[in-house]
Amino acid sequence: MYKTYQMSQIQIQALRNINLSIRKNEFVAIVGPSGSGKSTLMNMLGCLDVPTSGTYILDGLEVSNLTDDELAEIRSKKIGFIFQSFNLIQKLTALENVELPLIYMGVRTSERLKRAKSALENVGLGDRLDHKPNELSGGQQQRVAIARALINNPPIIFADEPTGNLDTKSGVEIMNLLKALHKRGNTIVLITHDNDIAKQADRIIRIHDGVIVEDRQVI
Amino acid sequence: MGFFQAYKMAIKSIKANKGRSFLTMLGVIIGVASVISAVAFAQGSTKSITDSIQKLGTNLIQITLTGRNSNRDMSYEDLKKFAAENTEVISAVAPQSSTNARVKYGSTNMNTTIIATSPEYERIRNVHVTQGRFILDFDLEYRQNVALIGTAVVNELFENVNPIGEKIKINGQIFKIVGILEERANGAAYSDDDQIIIPISSSRMVMGTSSIRNFAVEAASAEKVDAAMDKLETFLLDIYKNENAFRVFDQSQMLETLDNVTGSMMIVLGGIAAISLIVGGIGIMNIMLVSVTERTKEIGIRKAIGAKRKNILTQFIIEAAVVTGMGGLIGVLLGFSIIKFVIGGLGLVPAVYSIPWALIAFGISLLVGIIFGLFPAYKAASLKPIEALRTE
Repeated sequence: MYKTYQMSQIQIQALRNINLSIRKNEFVAIVGPSGSGKSTLMNMLGCLDVPTSGTYILDGLEVSNLTDDELAEIRSKKIGFIFQSFNLIQKLTALENVELPLIYMGVRTSERLKRAKSALENVGLGDRLDHKPNELSGGQQQRVAIARALINNPPIIFADEPTGNLDTKSGVEIMNLLKALHKRGNTIVLITHDNDIAKQADRIIRIHDGVIVEDRQVI
Repeated sequence: MGFFQAYKMAIKSIKANKGRSFLTMLGVIIGVASVISAVAFAQGSTKSITDSIQKLGTNLIQITLTGRNSNRDMSYEDLKKFAAENTEVISAVAPQSSTNARVKYGSTNMNTTIIATSPEYERIRNVHVTQGRFILDFDLEYRQNVALIGTAVVNELFENVNPIGEKIKINGQIFKIVGILEERANGAAYSDDDQIIIPISSSRMVMGTSSIRNFAVEAASAEKVDAAMDKLETFLLDIYKNENAFRVFDQSQMLETLDNVTGSMMIVLGGIAAISLIVGGIGIMNIMLVSVTERTKEIGIRKAIGAKRKNILTQFIIEAAVVTGMGGLIGVLLGFSIIKFVIGGLGLVPAVYSIPWALIAFGISLLVGIIFGLFPAYKAASLKPIEALRTE
């Protein structure tokens, strides 16, 4: 897989010759310094973007040349995202943020509320349903984001520096949540620049200047 | 995602930005309110004019002589003779010459309208006398210089004096006041109350001519108006041999003229309204474009978690439509308040509440929202999720 960006006159090769396969229920950490291309890789894998050349087969489906709406459909059904900056919608409450993916899936209101409520309870925020993101701590916001990522039971979870903006204690809690999800059968792809965090995964893929430089199992 | 969901989302983001939403609405509010109150004013004036035309009586036919016949103009006697021969369609005729004249009582002067006519005028034009009497056949026969005055004239010339029996000078001719006309327009200057009625037989010196150019004819009934007009036209054509030398018209023609006038008034108002709503719409487009830029991140998040183009498009269009719809609704209420308190309060014209116009104005405001929301919404829907997420 290749990804090239056109920045005015210069072509930037963000990803070069990426050859990678991730199995179901793997816990993979993609590691690299900032600017290495790891976020670009996550965007490709998470169907937020398509490669310039090469193919990407997700769950048996060739994704590289799908339309925007078809990609949205895949994201809606198969993928949950956890971002470093949480990416919650500030004007919506925790509950409204969590139910958003279900709205786009066309789930009925009553069921949506039930599922969003129980998702927030599962991450320990049952008493914060009507709080807006700015009324919650970083750790709580990230748990709202996780509840949102899990609400439609996606098989694959992408976590982009999920502990990056959190204190150590909250970071540990979030990592424990991810591990629990892995045990439950989800495929987890964790993007980080922190080797200590990466070690908690089963497999580490190191990327540098858009090229995979290391791919090993954690013993 | 259903319409209702999109509507709920729109309400949420409008609430999140109350101040700005209100300012966005303001253009639409003012546009709609001014359309509604302007239309109400136009309709109110039309109604008051229509009412006063109808007060004249539905049987009234007016004749105006515009051309001349070198041999013989149609005279009052000709018309009377013709009416006597056609009693099945015409019940009465009266001359109505009018001029502006200087009127003097003692040392007080004023200018007013003088109408010279016959006793039939009272019935044909539905004139009432509150004090004294109207012109009698006797006055015509013996060329009596008598006059009836309107209340505006009473107010202007007679202070603390009963005008009946007093003598006034009209263009230098002495007339005795024998009656006072019923008030029709609050005694206002230049209204129906600002006039003096004198017998046609005594009008020559006042008018400066003995030829009569205007006549009022009463048809035997409302149904006979058309037949009477036909007969009058044939009769006049026989005298003048030229159909441009006279005009015969009834209330329906006056109402038609009025309709044309109000029709063009409405077009002008509609044009101004359309412009103000377009300006409002451009304001909305502007704010929506800013809002799309500002909410790029939100759009990115929504797309990342599965929103399709259609979902974003619907959300933004509905948001624009809800803003303008609410603006339209507030505008309608504001317009109705203006009608009630300003138009009704001034009392110049009757307050008319037009539901169809309110609906039209509201519908147009909604449409403006959808049309001007389309471009920003399309821009929002076309954002790439990763680029949108990258912005802060």
